[in-house]
Amino acid sequence: MSEHDDHTHDHKHDHGHDHDNGHAPHPFQPDIEDGPITEYMVLTRAIGELMVEKGVFAAEDLREKLEYMQSRKPALGARLIARAWTDPAFAARLERDAMAAAQELDIDVGVVEIRALPDRPGLHNVIVCTLCSCYPVMLLGNSPDWYKSREYRSRVVREPRAVLAEFGTEIPAETELRIHDSTAELRYFVIPERPAGTEGWSEERLADIVTRDCMIGTALPKPGAA
Amino acid sequence: MATETPPRFAPGDRVRVRAAFPPGHIRTPFFVRGREGRVEALAAIHPNPEGLAYGGDGTPRRPVYRVAFRQADLWEDYAGAPGDATVVDIFEHWLEPAEGGAP
Amino acid sequence: MAKRRHHDMGGLDAGPVEISDHDHAPWEKQVNAMLRLLADPKRGVMTVDELRRGIEDLGPGVYDELSYYERWISSIGNILLEKGVIEVDELGRKMTEVEARMRAAQDETSKAAAGKAGA
Repeated sequence: MSEHDDHTHDHKHDHGHDHDNGHAPHPFQPDIEDGPITEYMVLTRAIGELMVEKGVFAAEDLREKLEYMQSRKPALGARLIARAWTDPAFAARLERDAMAAAQELDIDVGVVEIRALPDRPGLHNVIVCTLCSCYPVMLLGNSPDWYKSREYRSRVVREPRAVLAEFGTEIPAETELRIHDSTAELRYFVIPERPAGTEGWSEERLADIVTRDCMIGTALPKPGAA
Repeated sequence: MATETPPRFAPGDRVRVRAAFPPGHIRTPFFVRGREGRVEALAAIHPNPEGLAYGGDGTPRRPVYRVAFRQADLWEDYAGAPGDATVVDIFEHWLEPAEGGAP
Repeated sequence: MAKRRHHDMGGLDAGPVEISDHDHAPWEKQVNAMLRLLADPKRGVMTVDELRRGIEDLGPGVYDELSYYERWISSIGNILLEKGVIEVDELGRKMTEVEARMRAAQDETSKAAAGKAGA
């Protein structure tokens, strides 16, 4: 799910005020919802408050976790890829151990192991989770809605070329496609090939053309997009 | 403490996914059950989600393999390159040696 | 007897992928964050595997009817009840209280907005 991802654990700045320590709990004040109030919104708030009242987690833990999750964005993955495009030794380390490579760039990716799937000339990778929505959330942020959709999950394993075409991505007939179904406890992201026309670009400029979909494999980086 | 067994399969082994259909939480997708593929690598040794999903501790931990299935072996009339494949992470207890394949 | 479970959909027929996304509502972000706190091994309240089992067991009708995080919070609620972390009665009372507060807060906001618009 997991976008699920995952057995997660609190990131390193979590102070872990798990138990009632005698101080009055700071009530967590969630933002006001825009739309009509649904039973699921109510259920969510109610469970959250009960967890805080019971000391399962503190309001502060929740606030910190929300902030941490907000900080997970495709730009993190794009930084790794731009570095790999400009530094072959880093590229090798990223392919061998993406968790350690992320640490080198001070990117906190949690504990669920994320692995890189490098594209090569004649080979293109795509990720999916047919059983739920597993995704490298800690590196790319939440997955898009379409990644979790019945249409993508059902079809990309059976007719990947047709699905990629719906994204405007045409894969040459002679290129081998590999669809990776994240069924277990590992999360994957794609390292696309550096496109022609980006010679001499800075890492920052390169990172700008590595979109979220490029790291899912449904798009290819395009120099014109920067 | 439950013990861990050494991995039974090695990269390159031909394997068949068990054609079992129990109810419950399973990480082996329906579309590969009963199908033959090739072990690409030992992916990890991980707790068993089939236990974790019901409050168990997931022991013994199990080898998980990257198993590649040729698209042409999975889907009738597959339209694409002959080398196209789907790679699935599969827990060892779902795998058997394919007939004629090692081990 | 080969039986495919509802969530296990790889290879099924389906329509075109609707390439869409949305900004998550505050409550959706809260569901996501809470799951990660509850599944943190240092708390060990529940596992992601249990979350998934709970979602799968919602059954075909509900699975399709609910949105993504509606499925998550339904499953989280059921698992917490099943484990005795919360009780049905306290959850019911808390929901009544929370709903009243949420409605009051929304009324305040719309009154304030109407006031501004009228000014």
